Amino acid sequence: MSDRVKIFLLLLPAMSVIVLLFFGGLAIGLMRSFNYMPVIGLTEPNFDAYFSIFTDEEFYLSFLLSFHISFTSTVLSCILAVGAALLLRRAFIGRAIINFLFQLNLTVPHLVGAIGILYLFSQSGVFARLAAEADLIQRPADFPALVFDPFAIGIILQYVWKEVPFIGVIVLANMQALGDNYESVARSLGASKWQSFRHVLLPLIFPGLLSASVIVFAFTFGAYEIPALLGQNYPAALPVLAYRKYTDVDLAARPEAMALAIVIALLSVIMLFFYIRYSRKRVRS
Amino acid sequence: MIGQDGMWTKTFRYLTCLLLVIWLVMPLIPLAIWSFARGWFFPSILPQTWTLDAWEYALSDTAGVLDALWLTIGISLAATALSILVGVPAGRALGMYKFRGKEVVELMILAPTIVPGIAVVLGIHSVFIALGLTNTVQGVILVHLIPTLPYMTLVMAGIFSNYDPAFEAQARSLGASPLKTFWYVTLPVIMPGIIVGGLFAFLVSWSQYILTLLIGGGRVVTLPLLLFNFATSGRNDITGAIGMIYILPGIIILALTAKQLSGRSGAVGGFGRV
Repeated sequence: MSDRVKIFLLLLPAMSVIVLLFFGGLAIGLMRSFNYMPVIGLTEPNFDAYFSIFTDEEFYLSFLLSFHISFTSTVLSCILAVGAALLLRRAFIGRAIINFLFQLNLTVPHLVGAIGILYLFSQSGVFARLAAEADLIQRPADFPALVFDPFAIGIILQYVWKEVPFIGVIVLANMQALGDNYESVARSLGASKWQSFRHVLLPLIFPGLLSASVIVFAFTFGAYEIPALLGQNYPAALPVLAYRKYTDVDLAARPEAMALAIVIALLSVIMLFFYIRYSRKRVRS
Repeated sequence: MIGQDGMWTKTFRYLTCLLLVIWLVMPLIPLAIWSFARGWFFPSILPQTWTLDAWEYALSDTAGVLDALWLTIGISLAATALSILVGVPAGRALGMYKFRGKEVVELMILAPTIVPGIAVVLGIHSVFIALGLTNTVQGVILVHLIPTLPYMTLVMAGIFSNYDPAFEAQARSLGASPLKTFWYVTLPVIMPGIIVGGLFAFLVSWSQYILTLLIGGGRVVTLPLLLFNFATSGRNDITGAIGMIYILPGIIILALTAKQLSGRSGAVGGFGRV
């Protein structure tokens, strides 16, 4: 058997799954978003669904919310993860515990973390109770709204909780592979602690940090369950909006749901593209 | 080590570590407490009455939690097995060969890790209705392949890129059949990859919510669906118990893989989806 045939046969099952399920799903979604589905007698494609979502204010509010959730969660997680990795690369008592907790946290499903955040930060949650104990508030309603809130604080807290260990593990492994030598040289040449971090270590760990944050950004932009559980009803995050339209009793809303799904896919690809380009530029400069 | 750390630096380090530890375990604590609580109302810091009621209910035959547990395990095992069957050959092709269009193939396999599930699953749902796959366990298993397969394939591609096919050639030249060569030569070498990739695939499938909800149509009730329903209906005690059950496999898998798990292995990317 020639190599070409071998490669073809080896890739065939996986490519079939990806092409049929993933790209097939996207293609059918795209067709239905144009209200085109010959199988069920829809043969006149149109742009009604897109017109309808792009003229609806809720779409723009939802986009802003989703972008805010992804951007803020990713930036906060990156900063805290680098901090945690800097802390954890030194040997000290208790490091093993944090390392273990980091990894434990990685295996905890997002949904469990979200419910935990709900029980901690809701207006009758643990922190509200502690505030009441300290006589800071009298009633649950006095406690600031940190979940189901307009700024998506609860959602972001959950993502930061979950993603700091994820990015942290990757950055820490990066730092350990690099060792101390580069910084030692910088320090011996007179760089301050901050300078050796900013100009030596950070550029070296940046590629790893970037690829991790791309995964985080994409995931938080497209995830449904966390904003569904911890978010406001209006505006809802884009995936929540798409799901609602899809399960609407009014079947006419389905093409709109499909159009939203396609827009979500496009937006995540576009934003990732710009994100990577912009960050690469910064690495070079 | 760079320089000598002063007392302030040390104190600062211990304080931040303490904060970090607290932050990491914090969300799991109220869940655990709720599962043993009765009538834990504002403003009590701890429950007035401790009870095993929620656990008794969760573990009883009527609650459906155990059914959901077995179903979730079954779906995740099936999705993992399929991912291994499909992902190992693909990993071999990507890890061992250079060929035209390789970048495109890699990009296509990676695409599901970047494009959100909700964007794909609505279209799949339309097709699955026609195929009679909606509201079925088979349909849910199939759709779980989308997020699990990329990680399985990537892990295997990594394993195969360090793999020497000369051993296979030797076995073949000594008269071993292709099957025997695979079983006695190839499999033992790639087994660690299959185990790690498989455990990741299992966890990724284990944590799927929206794919299961849409394709399962509410009929295929896995643990995350049950957890979500109880959480939104305000049954905090049962939610706590289910939450504790739901995180168990992850802890067990962690205990098994703690050594292999490092940021250097591309496999950690799998956790991005959990």
